[in-house]
Amino acid sequence: MAKVLEGLYYSESHEYVRVEGDFGFVGITDYAQNALGNVVYVDMPEVDDEVEAGEEFGAVESVKAASDLISPVSGTVVEVNEALDNQPELINQDAYENWIIKVRLSDKGDLDNLMDAKAYAAFCEK
Amino acid sequence: MSPFGGFDMPIQYSGIVDEHQAVRQACGMFDVSHMGEVLITGRDAECYVNHIFTNDVVGMHDGKILYGMMCYENGGVVDDLLVYKVADQRFFLVINAANIDKDWAWIQKQAKSYDVQLENQSDLYGELAIQGPEAEQVMKDVLSIDGSRLAFYTFKLFDDVIVSRTGYTGEDGFEIYAEPNYINECWDKLIASGRCKPCGLGCRDTLRFEVGLPLYGDELSADITPIMAGLGVFVKLDKAEFIGKEALARQKVEGPTKKLVGIELADKAIPRHGYTVLSPEGAPIGEVTTGYHTISTDKSVCMALIDTQYAKLDTEVQIQIRKKVFPGKVVKKQFYNKNYKK
Repeated sequence: MAKVLEGLYYSESHEYVRVEGDFGFVGITDYAQNALGNVVYVDMPEVDDEVEAGEEFGAVESVKAASDLISPVSGTVVEVNEALDNQPELINQDAYENWIIKVRLSDKGDLDNLMDAKAYAAFCEK
Repeated sequence: MSPFGGFDMPIQYSGIVDEHQAVRQACGMFDVSHMGEVLITGRDAECYVNHIFTNDVVGMHDGKILYGMMCYENGGVVDDLLVYKVADQRFFLVINAANIDKDWAWIQKQAKSYDVQLENQSDLYGELAIQGPEAEQVMKDVLSIDGSRLAFYTFKLFDDVIVSRTGYTGEDGFEIYAEPNYINECWDKLIASGRCKPCGLGCRDTLRFEVGLPLYGDELSADITPIMAGLGVFVKLDKAEFIGKEALARQKVEGPTKKLVGIELADKAIPRHGYTVLSPEGAPIGEVTTGYHTISTDKSVCMALIDTQYAKLDTEVQIQIRKKVFPGKVVKKQFYNKNYKK
């Protein structure tokens, strides 16, 4: 059973965003890391890159396959989780602790298009 | 489960990395019952097999196995396969699942002027591959099959069961061909023993890739000849004749325009099938055939078919991965050493 945390926003492509003030921490969900299996590489954007809700911003590679990362929110990348460069497996250990990018949100209205924990848990059940 | 060659096949059981390591370090098994089997018998069997096969079966001892290809006239590959010599006038061919229909039609078509009987036995046989350094002991203890006296690439019949010292992992191991119920029993016994990990298609691919073994459809195809793939050692151009001989002999002398190479990236990004290989100046020079971040050696590497002028070891090349271009260099297309018992 995949772990779903209260208080986060979730997309149908299995990314989450944790909002703190004007910023959002974006990563992949526990369900996604489990489906991917051993993560061996995370292809991340650069700081100052713009990301757009619904658009690809990188990829997570497991032994099995590459999976595109779709941003759940729009904004500017202010930080990337550099620990993942050398330890991509951190995502398998705790997908919610190990976010991928920190974004300065340009439109908090994006959050209205995402699911809450309850809706996402139900979505994963399907 | 995923569709593969007309069969529903598991990609993984406990996980690709876990299964991969089991085969490298201990013992794992693969249900490869999807593989095809064709029996060729009759007065012209030897001469006919030599006609369709790139390796040379003349002078083969009973119980010996050869690897090679069936080629088209232009040197492109119909399939790669194993030929088991059961007896004079009796050869057993093991072919790829996805190619069974195509191969069977090809084998029948070429046989018209030969005195041979052909039988597609693909539905009669199940197949189990037991692989890894502990395979011999596990097979003996759990299945009471003693493979200790089987040399690499030989086989023995135990009643109706064929046991060969072969595999597709780069490790020591065996392949058992028998009627499906017997294969099921073996599988259940090995699971119950706890000494042999069930393995899926996922690690079958990572294992064969690391030791540079080709997969039909990736490294060999109707467009990729054995010469381009660096498998010329399995093409016996000194044979009197075989289908594709002229084209392959010409290609060997002139040199192929494209060659299969290994490429290692400095970065951790993974080059995957179909990605474009670029020259240092950025011009497209070929395509990735298979790529992984290797489990045994922790490197991002691939096999790729590229223009011959870039195929020398240590040549600098680049690979386009999504929006970025990553530098790499040409290396040997064996990323992990084989560990066969010869």
